[in-house]
Amino acid sequence: MDNHMKLEIPSKSQNEAFARVVVAAFAAQADPTIDEISDIKTAVSEAVTNAVIHGYENGFGTIIVTAALKDRRLEVSVTDYGVGIADVEQAREPLYTSKPELDRSGMGFTIMENFMDEFTLTSAPGKGTTVTMVKIFSQIKTGRDA
Amino acid sequence: MRMAGELDHHAVTGLRDKIDNKLTLDNLKNIIFNFSGVDFMDSSGLGMVLGRYKLVSAQGGKVLACSLRPRVQRVFDLSGLQAKIPVFLSEQEALKNV
Repeated sequence: MDNHMKLEIPSKSQNEAFARVVVAAFAAQADPTIDEISDIKTAVSEAVTNAVIHGYENGFGTIIVTAALKDRRLEVSVTDYGVGIADVEQAREPLYTSKPELDRSGMGFTIMENFMDEFTLTSAPGKGTTVTMVKIFSQIKTGRDA
Repeated sequence: MRMAGELDHHAVTGLRDKIDNKLTLDNLKNIIFNFSGVDFMDSSGLGMVLGRYKLVSAQGGKVLACSLRPRVQRVFDLSGLQAKIPVFLSEQEALKNV
């Protein structure tokens, strides 16, 4: 089954839940397990939260979420056009946060990397950030779309 | 502190102030976070718990957690937060260890 979606939302914290539920609903077409859906929801939540807090520093901006399903492979991208990340390697280190004063745990990228099968982070200071993540569904499809 | 629903950045923003106000007003020393009603948590939830740990432990208090559902447990495990915040199966068990 091939399918794709695109979601454009303003950088409001309310949209963190909205975006993760939308991607989870889209992914449900591939009959993933409950754990796989939960992994996707958590990873998308992390990426969108990063865009809100870090990309746009809690200000106004647009976030684009895209997802594509091909057979049992889901690819999700979250893009912002915010401040970008100067040191991508440092940002990916577990427990590193640029905003400790905001009670950030520094675990966002670590969760995305661990909960998804592939993870890429591209960013340019002043231009924005894109996180692309892939989940490969383990279960054989039950035949709903066969 | 019995929590329910989804602990993401949006939810944590309001919750954090409520907890901190209660800590100050009631002059509380320790916190037990009961996660029994929490069906979703991401790193923002972790950050909120870690932030309260920093506040409370600076005053000589303890932070404990209990009743984690498997999904919340998974996020907890990945973070290594249990080195600072002991996790118990039930609120009763956590109370015994305050």
